[in-house]
Amino acid sequence: MAAKKKITKKTAKKKSASKKPRTRKVGEDESNKGKGLKQVALDSIVAVAKMVQKTATGGGLPEMVMPQRNLSNVTYDKKTGYFELGDNYKTRKLDVNSVKTFAQTLRLMSLAQDMVGDADFATKREAYYVSKNWGEAKFNEQRESDSVLDDIEGMFSLKGVTRETLRFVPEEHGGSVVGALTVIDKDPETGDPIRSDCAAMGSGAYTVPSSVDHLGFETTAEFIIAIETGGMFQRLNHHRYWRTANCILVEMGGVPTRATRRFVRRLSEGLKLPVYAFVDCDPYGMCNIYRTLKVGSGASAHINAKFCVPNASYMGVTPQDILDFGLEDATHPLLPVDIKRAKDALKNDPFFQAYPAWKKTLKQMLTMGVRAEQQAFAKWGLNFVIEEYLPVKIKNAKKFLP
Amino acid sequence: MRVESIHRKGQNHPVAATKHLTAEQMAKNQKEISVSEFFAKNRHLLGFDNKQKALLTTIKEAVDNSLDACEEAGIAPDLLIEIHQVEEDRFRVVIEDNGPGIVKEQIQNIFGKLLYGSKFHSRRQSRGQQGIGISAALLYAQMTTGKGAKIISKTTRGKPQSLTLQMDSAKNKPMITKEAVLKEWHLKHGTRFEVELEATYKRGLRSVDDYIKQTAVSNPHATLHYLTPDDEEPRIYERAVKVVPDRPAEIKPHPYGVELGELIRMLRETNSRWLVGFLQEEFCRVGRKKALEIIKEAGLGEKSYPTRIAREEADALYRSIQKTKISAPPTTCLSPIGEKRITEGLMKETDADFYAVATRPPSVYRGNPFQIEVGIAWAKPGGDQLEVDKRGRIKKTKKRRGTVDTENLLGNADEPVRLLRFANRVPLLSQQSGCGFTKAVTQTSWKSYGLQQPKGSMPLGSAVILVHMASVWVPFTSEAKEAIAPYDEILKEVKRALQDAGRKLGAHIRKDKRVANEFEKRSYIEKYLPHVGIGLQEILGITDEAREEIVETLGDSLETARNI
Repeated sequence: MAAKKKITKKTAKKKSASKKPRTRKVGEDESNKGKGLKQVALDSIVAVAKMVQKTATGGGLPEMVMPQRNLSNVTYDKKTGYFELGDNYKTRKLDVNSVKTFAQTLRLMSLAQDMVGDADFATKREAYYVSKNWGEAKFNEQRESDSVLDDIEGMFSLKGVTRETLRFVPEEHGGSVVGALTVIDKDPETGDPIRSDCAAMGSGAYTVPSSVDHLGFETTAEFIIAIETGGMFQRLNHHRYWRTANCILVEMGGVPTRATRRFVRRLSEGLKLPVYAFVDCDPYGMCNIYRTLKVGSGASAHINAKFCVPNASYMGVTPQDILDFGLEDATHPLLPVDIKRAKDALKNDPFFQAYPAWKKTLKQMLTMGVRAEQQAFAKWGLNFVIEEYLPVKIKNAKKFLP
Repeated sequence: MRVESIHRKGQNHPVAATKHLTAEQMAKNQKEISVSEFFAKNRHLLGFDNKQKALLTTIKEAVDNSLDACEEAGIAPDLLIEIHQVEEDRFRVVIEDNGPGIVKEQIQNIFGKLLYGSKFHSRRQSRGQQGIGISAALLYAQMTTGKGAKIISKTTRGKPQSLTLQMDSAKNKPMITKEAVLKEWHLKHGTRFEVELEATYKRGLRSVDDYIKQTAVSNPHATLHYLTPDDEEPRIYERAVKVVPDRPAEIKPHPYGVELGELIRMLRETNSRWLVGFLQEEFCRVGRKKALEIIKEAGLGEKSYPTRIAREEADALYRSIQKTKISAPPTTCLSPIGEKRITEGLMKETDADFYAVATRPPSVYRGNPFQIEVGIAWAKPGGDQLEVDKRGRIKKTKKRRGTVDTENLLGNADEPVRLLRFANRVPLLSQQSGCGFTKAVTQTSWKSYGLQQPKGSMPLGSAVILVHMASVWVPFTSEAKEAIAPYDEILKEVKRALQDAGRKLGAHIRKDKRVANEFEKRSYIEKYLPHVGIGLQEILGITDEAREEIVETLGDSLETARNI
């Protein structure tokens, strides 16, 4: 927190000093570092094991308590800005149905204990393969080990411990980044800083690593656009839109991964940059991609505090855009699954329920009965999106959907 | 073919070349046909269709007679059945019993005369019915080998008589070809029947082996020594119970079973003077009150002379009988095998895991009392058996092995259930598909009792279904006594008995599945619980002893929490 305040002061000074593009900086996220959280993780693991031991010795059947991770157990408050875990818990009592999972949970905790101690890590896939040495208790599919990992994370999340703290990292990498941004990474062996200039990636892009808390940033950009599809990202990158508009482009590739969410969050929070989401105009783009980017998801409610971007806003494509930009004949009808998704969001999703503007938008889409893709602007020429749509929209960024 | 026949019809009918006969001329050719001649030409009606069946029928008739004789005399049957191969298709068959023996004068009639016997006229339950079987066997042997039968019989008081008999098939009369009084015989009383016939010996379904095995099931009070041509030593089917079934009582006809024609005959022949007396005297289950009720309903007078009842009045009386509620005939005339004995019989001859038996109360078809019994032997598919001990732990036990015969009545789990049909304890081997019992089994819904069943077929499973009908008169579909006529009353009773036994089987199969399920769950615990211990040991660094103790304590807690 101290570091952030410093930056704010610095940038404030610079802003008044010159009209040149301001350079904003943010260092490594310190809050996860130090012995504090690591010790908390180790203590938590031992505490669970001791509880099991004590209950068992006393002739009882031990149970593990973890928060329920689904949309019905989250609350949304505009002030907090993300989905917060509710008070529902599930109890896993040792019985015939749970004995295997129970054993697997303890053995994965043991693995985490070793990794935290040795400062090593395992991908979720590797963790799955480690279990192959457990004989009968091995996992048959990675889906099973992922689920147990989520359970462990959920159990410890109340103490601020995440999967990353426990040294389990996701297999998939994050999204692609281009623009007026320099990422400062560290050489894992020497600890020397490595600078990656995201404006010097040629036709390629910087890839968000699976863990981002150790990164530092420098930027002169004014805002960030989070883009759903690789196609649109390529078009904007090819025509150097980020240079024209002085922004950072992030490709999410569907629902953004934890690392991408955390990356954008750190950029937006540390560098005080607004984030504009540019996704397809359909229930999936709004209710899954954008909603998860902004407030997190029900299934990962225990980590939303860090892994979402509360100050993101929804640039488009909106149903109103379809009308305003003459895309009516470039749409597709909503599929039954789309309609169900939109109706579910209106009925059950605390985020959409909190904003009348969103309710109106979803209803408008349902009434129109159509969806439109980002690429639909090509109807008016391949670069219509760069020359017309984006400039017009960004001029009125304050009117973006919350 | 059709075109040809139409063509023929179109032609004028050809005039017969032979001369027409007068009634007088015809009369010269009209003469009595001897029953034995008739059956010599129609041997299939008696079960001598082919060589294999001839062997079976011969043995079956002799064994049935022997068992009947023993039971009537209250003797626990001890039977010897031997088949010796003489030539390729010629066999010598011996059936010897420890029955009361036959007095010398009757031997020739019983064995050498068709339609001679004690059982045809009596309303008493017995294996034999018509008095045809054993003499037909002799006739068949005589026709195929030219030799007669040798009979040795001894009563307790008499001397052992040895007779060689042939039959004069034209006159239906026995002919004694050799006769002797033996100085000594190895039995105090009993009868030995020995005959040589053209036959084929085969194993498997509907074989003599099959018959003997099933007879052992339905007659657990009998011991059978059975020597086949293939064996050196006889197979011994030991009796499981010592007590001989009570001799069934003879009964009067039940009113419901008498048809109009028979009622008229009875009215004509009775010695009773008044109608009310006639009804009470000639029928069972009719007292004075019931008799008056019937007469009133028929609009007749209680003091009418039975001999003078006209056809129309008899008709009214007949209909009145059908309307009146009359209790079922007495069951003393029936000798069911009994639930305990059916279980004993099935248990000693099948290697099953579960036995269910059901007995129906006696019922009536056409005035004939009958009683249906059903037994089911079921083997758990897979072999090993799970048992729950007193402490609630489940253990695997080895499957029991068969005691007497290697021939197993139980098939595989995916095969149709084996149906054993019995009438008055006699196994019915042939014509299963045409039998009323089969119909009742296929019409019962076995799915609700835990067995699979293709639509309209026998259920599947490693199981035996035994159906027994005890009756003073069993309605066979033919004289070969191979299938039961599907009377509605009989079908209904068989189905109900099947349902009763089926419910017990269903409950067992469900419990069995539950135990298997529980066993699986408990092995699940045994499989994974050690890993809870390993996890704890790794995290906490506890000793091996401490780990094992925790696993054991947890195991006990889980077992206690899961009481069956």
